[in-house]
Amino acid sequence: MEQTTNLPAGLVDQQADAFSAADLRRRPRIAETLIQSALFLSGVLSIAITVSIVIVLGQEALLFFTNPEVSVTEFFTTLVWQPAILEFGVWPLVSATLMTSLIAIGVAMPLGLMAAVYLSEYASPRVRGILKPTLEVLAGIPTVVYGYFALTFMTPLLRSVFGESVVQIYNNASAGIVIGIMIMPLVTSMSEDALSAVPRALREGAYGLGATKLETAIQVVVPAAFSGVVAAFIIGVSRAFGETMIVAIAAGAGPKLTLNPFDSAETIAGHIVRISGGDLSYASLDYESLFALALVLFVITLVLNLISRRVVEKFREAYE
Amino acid sequence: MSAPTAPNPPRTLLPEGAQLSAYMAGRHRAGWLWQTLFLLATCVGILALSALLYNVIDSAFGFVAVVEKVDAATLAERPLSELTKDELVAILQANLSRGAFNKLEKDQPFADRSRENVLDVVYERVVQLKVEASYTLTASLFNRAAIAQEVAADFPDAQLEWRSWLTPQFLTTPMSSKPEYAGVRTALLGSLSLVGLTLAFALPIGVMAAIYLQEYATKNWINNLIQTNIYNLSGVPSIVYGMLGLAVFVRTLEALTSGALFGVTDSNGRTILSAALTMALLILPIIIVNAQEAIKAVPDSFRQAAYGLGATKWQTIWHHVLPNALPGILTGSILAVSRAIGETAPLVVVGASTFITADPDGPFSKFTALPIQIYNWTARPQAEFRNIAAAAILVLLAMLLTLNAAAILLRNRFSRRLY
Repeated sequence: MEQTTNLPAGLVDQQADAFSAADLRRRPRIAETLIQSALFLSGVLSIAITVSIVIVLGQEALLFFTNPEVSVTEFFTTLVWQPAILEFGVWPLVSATLMTSLIAIGVAMPLGLMAAVYLSEYASPRVRGILKPTLEVLAGIPTVVYGYFALTFMTPLLRSVFGESVVQIYNNASAGIVIGIMIMPLVTSMSEDALSAVPRALREGAYGLGATKLETAIQVVVPAAFSGVVAAFIIGVSRAFGETMIVAIAAGAGPKLTLNPFDSAETIAGHIVRISGGDLSYASLDYESLFALALVLFVITLVLNLISRRVVEKFREAYE
Repeated sequence: MSAPTAPNPPRTLLPEGAQLSAYMAGRHRAGWLWQTLFLLATCVGILALSALLYNVIDSAFGFVAVVEKVDAATLAERPLSELTKDELVAILQANLSRGAFNKLEKDQPFADRSRENVLDVVYERVVQLKVEASYTLTASLFNRAAIAQEVAADFPDAQLEWRSWLTPQFLTTPMSSKPEYAGVRTALLGSLSLVGLTLAFALPIGVMAAIYLQEYATKNWINNLIQTNIYNLSGVPSIVYGMLGLAVFVRTLEALTSGALFGVTDSNGRTILSAALTMALLILPIIIVNAQEAIKAVPDSFRQAAYGLGATKWQTIWHHVLPNALPGILTGSILAVSRAIGETAPLVVVGASTFITADPDGPFSKFTALPIQIYNWTARPQAEFRNIAAAAILVLLAMLLTLNAAAILLRNRFSRRLY
């Protein structure tokens, strides 16, 4: 204790006493523990949300399925959804959902992947700096605006191309294409992240073997980033599945089993919004059926999201 | 590796001479072709954005054919816009039935009304402007003669007027069943109070969860579960949150969300509070993930310096980590807010009203929101409702643009402070 020597003698003693008497072991600090518990609870709240989604949807869906008027087999095997006459076959809604999602991903995947290749492999920093924010703006536009766009722009466009007698005013094709435009920025940015993560050495190896830029991009970079691209694809499908406002505005009201994309048919999410937007009495079969539908939607999107994360984790090509 | 000594010459794998240059030219051509395609694909996104904006603006302005039920010029000797308030009230008294006039007086006494308000009432109740047909901006600009001809033929009484559907008046008048007089005041106020309340719930909890996950959580199963769960929650469709809100906040907790516990009697569970709680659940994962990124970006040396001076863990977080992570947290919150402002489906499900004219007054009132109005107006068949839907979309997009600009400014301003 060299530094303390020029202090008054008494103070030095005091300090030494205090030092030897001080208990330097970790003391429980009540405030700190309380704060930590509160923080932990906030974190756990997210699990509570998931659990309550499952419980709430499950509970009402259970009420629905235990009703003598419906059965699980009827729900999954019959082909008519008409709550008014107690017909609850989910397939018309599922087929319309699948159709809009397929059209959407058919639009978003090629465009998104190609845009990602351009942004990651070809674009100069300046061009990237212009194109990327524009795509981000596209991603930030509310879905109800896309719905307006589908109904007042895409549908008239389709009708003028394919003929007014072929294309209905409300149709799945228009909704699907616009959903595709909506999820394209997401697919682009996820794929681009995956492509940019491929190390430079791989590209240089390809160039060294005489590959052109295109060959490098298609045969080396994209395969190396394949897991990321697949994950982007799955997330895109999941988004398209749950998309509500675009289909509620542009795809039409009334469940219908059809394979014609120019026909109107209601999707799961569109049906939930239309029915719950009207006068809905609690504890009715209609009300409970919506929860069964929401549960279907929740399970499908959850599984897709889990698969996507698993794909990224399991099949990631690890470089150093 | 020695070359095989075969009697016949080795088979060439690569073309040579003129063949080689043709082959190389082909490969490069393919390269150029695909590069152009890739660029085009990127431009499709920009094209879509332009088409969307063009489509909205095209509907928000343009010529309209207007019919006045009572000619405004016959009501007074001077134009209506030059009359004083008392003269306008006199016109109302002369042209409306006694009952209708008294009802207006009862809604809000004429003594308290502004001159502009009375003028609006005169137009709405006496003159009764009616838009018979509306034309898009492009048609109005480039096809004026044809429009004038069409209007003269189809609506002989009508006047052709230039109309911008987006006016200051549009922002300050409440909802109306007539598109000519409808405004977004109620919806705008509803959206703002909804978002404010949402943020009041989601921001503290989100930031606290992020602090826990980033600063306290050790690697064990429960923390892994929380983290995975947050990623999954951000992928749940918004309509599922709406169903959750309907069952939990609107129905089960009706006593709380309708305000019955606090002595409010005139509402059911379909209130701003229910909607805000639902929306808070929806944006919570976004806030948590963004706040985590912001906290992660605070260099470890800051923490170690604080620990070295004897600060406790919470002191370190409160005095050093949080202030430095704040810009990032705010940027993330603004992005979450812009998501909440545009979200429609959960609001429909938890029961936003499609037609109310009263401003929201507190968390227990019925409400409507901007996207709900847009949805409602878009879904109607009459063309004039499309026009006001377009005007409302412009209002919504302007709000989002402002928010995003604020986020970018915030990010740029503070991003250089950390190293």
